[in-house]
Amino acid sequence: MHPGDLSFIFLNAFIINNFVLAYFLGLCPFLGVSGKLDTAWNMGLATTFVMFVSSVCAYGINLLLVKYDLVFLRLICYIAVIASAVQLVEMMVKKFSPTLFRALGIFLPLITTNCAILGLALFQTFKEYSFLQSIVYSIGAGAGFTLALMLMAGLRTRMDLADVPAISRGAALSFMLAGMLSLTFMGFAGLGGH
Amino acid sequence: MTYQPRKQKPITPDTFLRGIWRENPVFVMLLGLCPTLAVTNSTINAIGMGLATTFVLLGSSLLVSLLRNLIPKQVRIASYIVIIATFVTIVDYAIHALSLELYNALGAFIQLIVANCVILGRAESYASKNRITKSLVNALGMGVGFTFALLCLGSVREILGSGTLLGFPLFGDSFQPWVVMILPPGGFFVTGAWLLLFSWLQERRQRKAAKEEEAIHAPG
Repeated sequence: MHPGDLSFIFLNAFIINNFVLAYFLGLCPFLGVSGKLDTAWNMGLATTFVMFVSSVCAYGINLLLVKYDLVFLRLICYIAVIASAVQLVEMMVKKFSPTLFRALGIFLPLITTNCAILGLALFQTFKEYSFLQSIVYSIGAGAGFTLALMLMAGLRTRMDLADVPAISRGAALSFMLAGMLSLTFMGFAGLGGH
Repeated sequence: MTYQPRKQKPITPDTFLRGIWRENPVFVMLLGLCPTLAVTNSTINAIGMGLATTFVLLGSSLLVSLLRNLIPKQVRIASYIVIIATFVTIVDYAIHALSLELYNALGAFIQLIVANCVILGRAESYASKNRITKSLVNALGMGVGFTFALLCLGSVREILGSGTLLGFPLFGDSFQPWVVMILPPGGFFVTGAWLLLFSWLQERRQRKAAKEEEAIHAPG
């Protein structure tokens, strides 16, 4: 497979270089809302959606900034756009689908501080992806985030019943689990060739 | 918004010190984990990242504290983010100019300082409510605490993962490096181990306090 292929970009963001387990992006929600499977699923969906929207916006903004030679404003523009995209998405979801809005609850505003979103916008700029490639990259990254979140939620539900020493309950145990997950995902490193 | 003078508590050593140990942003509050794990595969990177974050913390605390009576409440978060992003852009260009090697090693994570919740947390919960000097002292404490945490992780990962410290070899030729330590899983394992140590220390302190209390209440 060629590195520019759409299928390669998707697989790369989805499992080979998983945003959470290989780049350490979006760790706060990864540890914070992976307590239950259904909340993990909702959070993953919301994040994927915002990733898609901000990826499209970031692509357009980068075109403008490069055209007018204002590249040093990139970071400020991206973060402002992501914050407003989250706000916009929140209003739209509230208007068109109150059920989904209730299901997502507080997770929507929390996404603004998720570094996976900003990371995605920056990476797609550095890698100089085309419009289509950016969209595929954002969907792959979102799917990878959801996958990692759900795996973690499943593991933690099991771990609640396990007999572990009291001092390792909570964050320390979650980190050890995440390490093992990350080790497993490294097995995908050869996928797709180099 | 009208300005209401409030009684401020004076600056104590605790304003500075609590960021380092009792409220350590990484080990106690679990904030700012993304850069912590991503760049600590060597000690030099950890120091660079720590200094950059401290600078952004200081700068944004200064500005937020200066403007705390001018920023309307409704748009405060957006204003803080723009202030932080400005300082991060400065740091990004400065590192690019000073050390290309460090710039390449840290990569996009310099720009991702914007999304570091330690900084936004300080701006929202401390700098927007306190005088300039006090916010600066607190921000410096938090910055030092963050750098300390990065150093803890970075040195362990570098010693085990490449057998060196700050680039100097520590062991003989027979040392087989634990490559996994400088790869992503190592970051999770080392952080988990440090958290174990911290919760063990905390538990020991609590047990000690409980024992002392018992001794006081015990008859005789």
